[in-house]
Amino acid sequence: MTAKYATTRQPQREASLTAGPLNPEPYGHALAVERLSKRFGERVAFEDVSFEVGYGEVFGFLGPNGAGKTTTVRTLGTLIAPSSGTAIVAGIPLSPENGPEIRSRISIMPESPGLYLRLTVMENLQCFAGLYELNDVHGRIARALRAVNLEDRAGDLCGALSKGLRQRVALARALLNDPAVLFLDEPTSGLDPVATREVYELITSLRDQGVTILLTTHRLQEAERLCHRVAILNTTLRMIGRPDELREQLFSRSLDVRLRKPLDDPEAVLRALPGVEGWEQVPSGYTLTVTDPEVAAPQVARVLVSTGADILSLSESRHSLEDVYLQLLDEDVEEKR
Amino acid sequence: MMSLSCRRVAAVTLKELRDYRRNRFVIGTMAMVPVLFIILPMIQLFAANATGNHLSVHIGLSLLYLLVIPVMVPSVVSAYSVVGEREQGTLEPVLITPIRREEFLIGKALAAFVPTVLIAYAVFGIFLAAAAVFAHPVIVSAIYAGTHVLVQLLFTPLLAGWAIWVGIAVSARSTDVRAAQQLSVLASVPPLILLALMLLNVITVSTALALGFAATLLAVDLLAWRAVAAMFDRERLITGRHT
Repeated sequence: MTAKYATTRQPQREASLTAGPLNPEPYGHALAVERLSKRFGERVAFEDVSFEVGYGEVFGFLGPNGAGKTTTVRTLGTLIAPSSGTAIVAGIPLSPENGPEIRSRISIMPESPGLYLRLTVMENLQCFAGLYELNDVHGRIARALRAVNLEDRAGDLCGALSKGLRQRVALARALLNDPAVLFLDEPTSGLDPVATREVYELITSLRDQGVTILLTTHRLQEAERLCHRVAILNTTLRMIGRPDELREQLFSRSLDVRLRKPLDDPEAVLRALPGVEGWEQVPSGYTLTVTDPEVAAPQVARVLVSTGADILSLSESRHSLEDVYLQLLDEDVEEKR
Repeated sequence: MMSLSCRRVAAVTLKELRDYRRNRFVIGTMAMVPVLFIILPMIQLFAANATGNHLSVHIGLSLLYLLVIPVMVPSVVSAYSVVGEREQGTLEPVLITPIRREEFLIGKALAAFVPTVLIAYAVFGIFLAAAAVFAHPVIVSAIYAGTHVLVQLLFTPLLAGWAIWVGIAVSARSTDVRAAQQLSVLASVPPLILLALMLLNVITVSTALALGFAATLLAVDLLAWRAVAAMFDRERLITGRHT
């Protein structure tokens, strides 16, 4: 790798794993997007999208089909010209003139692997090493194949590989140029659970090596498992943050209480509980809205036991990213009505 | 001034040649057309009467058949070059690399040009050798007389270049491989018609006229990549929508 790129991939810092937007100093942002929009005639693909991604961060781009995820990636990859807005990609301002320079610093793995099926794995990678004008072609190909555990399949025709293996070859291809930012567009789309798990392991390995990744997906479990932060896009950017931050922003904190039998007068008991702001009966028991679950839980347990209730379980409600996602999409549907 | 990367051009060309090698359709096209278009001129040659009045027409037709090879062979593969990659889903990964559209197009053109010219020259060599061995000496002399050989050698690469750029241009604007191939074969024919008129003495050919036509074709071939590059719209090719 040339010195030019040596500074772009930084070791992952503690802050990148725990904080929201990474501290831009001293490395700057891998991606800085400001009010970016793309329209195809009257149709809005995405609009007014702004976000930043720090070096070493895995950033998830979530959204339903047609939300504009792939178009955003293609725009940042200079395949499509934005209608308005600005962006800095791998340290370079997004513009048609800078297209080749930006594309030399990034990689995009499209949803479909797009391999030359009549060529071997090695021949595919040799072609792309030439397109990137890489030095030490054999060394780089060997490293890329090692990264995806395909060293022993270099001589195989791509057409003879399974879908999962093709996806791995596509990932090796995307790693060839040691990209400052790696865009993965629906990397597990159409894969069976075993192949999906393999791709997850590869992405986790890249994340652990400090590779900056922008991952588009509509698989929420995937985003929750792999990403430091996520953005939810539905033409416009709806929310952005760590999965737990999004949960906190969208849902009040609550306790789930399961009792052996329902309370005779729940209103009287639950209203009086310290730290409880509200309650509702659910099939499994009661959900209590609280200000601080850690403070409220012991007090709730004591009062319920003193009233003679048999507690089967008492736990803080866990909203998944899926809950956040569905809540936001429901809000969008409501707004459109 | 834009600088082109020879390495990226070579990467595209080498990939194409490797792909052709394992593509039965391409191999079939590259084999069938020359076989067909060496049989037809041979028939013309041996049907010619060495003392007849129509000797020059027979020779003209023979050479014209041979010139169909550099038009037909690359038309099919060059028409596939862009729209075929798009249909296969391989275009987007290539366009994501730093390659410029001009480099991509020149790489594609070279991959069609080199085998075409080699095949066409080889077939012409076989034709000359067969004529020398089997044809009447008067007919052989008539073939070598004048500018026949020079015209053949000169126009083979020029016609190939024309057919390739027409094919790529059609491919860059098409959405269907078969339609692109049919259209590019048709669109490659006009210079061949002009050449036919010259070879069949319908147009009286002077050396200046032949050279002028060759120079025009050369200029078109050399500048066509810029015109085709202008038609190559990344956004439309990726999204199917015009910018």
